Amino acid sequence: MSTDVQVPTAELREVNGPSALGGGSRRFADLLWLISVTEFKRVYFGTVLGYLWSLIRPLLLFGVLLLVFTQVFRVGGDQVEHYAVYLLMGIVLYTFFSEATSNAVTSVVSQEGVVRKTQFPRAVIPLATTLTSLFNLLLNLIIVLVFLLAFGVTPAWSWLLFPIALVFLFVGAAGSSMALSALYVRYRDTAIIWMVASQALLYLTPILYPVNSFGEETKEHLLMWNPLSVIFEQVRVWVLHEPAAPTAVQAAGGWLGLIPAAIIYFGVCGFGVWYFSREAPRIAEAL
Amino acid sequence: MSVDQELTTPLALAGPRPDAPAAIRVEDLHKSFRIPTQRVDSLKERAVHPFASREYRELRALDGVSFEIRQGEFFGIVGRNGSGKSTLLKLLASIYRADSGRIQIAGRLAPFIELGVGFNQELTARENVLLNGVMMGLTPKEVREREDAVIDFAELHDFADLKLKNYSSGMLVRLAFSVMLQADADVLLIDEVLAVGDAAFQQKCADAFRQMKREGKTIVLVTHDMAAVEEYCHRALLIADGKVQYLGSPAMAGNEYLKLNFEGGTTTGAGSGESEGVKVHECKLVDENGEETFTLEERQPIRFRLALELEQETSALHLRFVLANADDLGIFEFGTLLTEEAGDDLAPGKRLTAAVAIENRLAAGRYFLNCGIHSPAGINLFLPKAVTFVVFGTKETRGVISPDFEINVAPEDDR
Repeated sequence: MSTDVQVPTAELREVNGPSALGGGSRRFADLLWLISVTEFKRVYFGTVLGYLWSLIRPLLLFGVLLLVFTQVFRVGGDQVEHYAVYLLMGIVLYTFFSEATSNAVTSVVSQEGVVRKTQFPRAVIPLATTLTSLFNLLLNLIIVLVFLLAFGVTPAWSWLLFPIALVFLFVGAAGSSMALSALYVRYRDTAIIWMVASQALLYLTPILYPVNSFGEETKEHLLMWNPLSVIFEQVRVWVLHEPAAPTAVQAAGGWLGLIPAAIIYFGVCGFGVWYFSREAPRIAEAL
Repeated sequence: MSVDQELTTPLALAGPRPDAPAAIRVEDLHKSFRIPTQRVDSLKERAVHPFASREYRELRALDGVSFEIRQGEFFGIVGRNGSGKSTLLKLLASIYRADSGRIQIAGRLAPFIELGVGFNQELTARENVLLNGVMMGLTPKEVREREDAVIDFAELHDFADLKLKNYSSGMLVRLAFSVMLQADADVLLIDEVLAVGDAAFQQKCADAFRQMKREGKTIVLVTHDMAAVEEYCHRALLIADGKVQYLGSPAMAGNEYLKLNFEGGTTTGAGSGESEGVKVHECKLVDENGEETFTLEERQPIRFRLALELEQETSALHLRFVLANADDLGIFEFGTLLTEEAGDDLAPGKRLTAAVAIENRLAAGRYFLNCGIHSPAGINLFLPKAVTFVVFGTKETRGVISPDFEINVAPEDDR
């Protein structure tokens, strides 16, 4: 009879409600991977042109800027050996950062249904958008590689250092995403403010112009306050390995000059993690 | 256990062993929501008024709730809208965080809150099954092993690779339900979804519930459908204004619930009403001793009393009653005509009491009595659901009545 069943005996565990990361690291990783991969597949196999679409945007931007800066302003040629590749790489990396963060801003709110009805570590949402963008970036980097070789940049051992820059870029994007997605739950103008801010970042990072184009040390040092500048400049050194290009440390005027960038970088990431964790338990109520 | 036994074992009777350990323990749970009276919802405003005081109105959703559910128990949580039952559900499901108090749960919990909202409309059924399974705490490998079983149970084999946005609501519900069943959780948290799908699928769900009960799973059902609670649950918790109002047998919880509805309800017609010319003082179900009651056992005669006061001259008065079930299906009608000619005193100011007794052949369930009072002189009073009551019984039966019957089965003579 049904009363004679073997009752499974499980221990009582404390339940503390939702959090940013709780619920086991294994499950967190599984969810993160699954969500980013399905989202990536959806974009690429969901539409006919799929991958082409996300490639067209940076390539178009690249084409226009290349035209403007080599034909109209003539910034490139003198200080950068391979200006076209320099520009393309900068745009591809910048596109990753801006795409990851701007998708993240509304991510938690647009997943409202899931957040309000199911229980899972909340930080998965902004992190998954960042990871999806990373997959995009990896695909786009193949194009960059083709350009590198086509423009006659010789492969070098220092290329192996590139992943370090990528890790810093990814962590920075993830930290910003966490901060932005949590802020947007409470303050809806975050999206607009961030749109303007990320536009500004395009010009405040040495992408269109090389850092040594100022010819003025103070301005170079100031530009290096931007953590993205540090990463991008170091990528230029490692990947394009031009003798003329200053390393991030040189551009900042010594290791001490990197302190402001480090403070901003770790400040943003720290704030993102702290603020998201603080808000996570109540996100479902605030929506 | 034979099929026959299974059919005759009432779902609600096979309870957990009395010494079963706790599956859920809730201690002194508090939760309130802060509703800002003046909302600062942009960074701009925050920057302009950095120290603007935030004024809140506190809405106390749960106020010191404690209870314990044993492993293997089918537990009902009932309450009216706004009583705090949904908040309690979301706290148990780790969607909200409590202000204070403790929640302890043994094993894994699978929440089933509203139909298929955890699904992504842009993905296929297969992808959603995977995603949902992992959300409920399975590993991707475990989910892939069950994937086909889930889709088969939902009877969606031909649509497994179709995006959910192209699904009908019935298909979504079926998918959501089978995902939950296959999650292999120790505790299931279900929010008013018993009536899902078509009749065949409902039957399948009922079978699945029985199966889960046999396996000693703990099931928590949150609903305001008392009939479902009385049908399935071993015990029920009635919650009102964020406090535990009653904890015990489903039938008693049902009683208390109806009482609550009477006290606060206006739509159910609290048993008194007014119209031109007539005033109803009382209309209630009573037991043998004339005490008011809200429940009847099967076969216990239906007795109710109607007291009214005439306020205008009339030569005749027609009393009509319709007994209806929870689906508003009229089951039978009865009434009487009072006339002066027949010697009834229908003078203004006269108080009349009608005592009605009806043989009870109703099947277990919830019923309403609609009451109408009419006269040629223009009295026209209709009291919908003047009396609400529950008939409870131990037999599960289909249909609305359960008449006495006799069946003689004899072997046919061999020819």
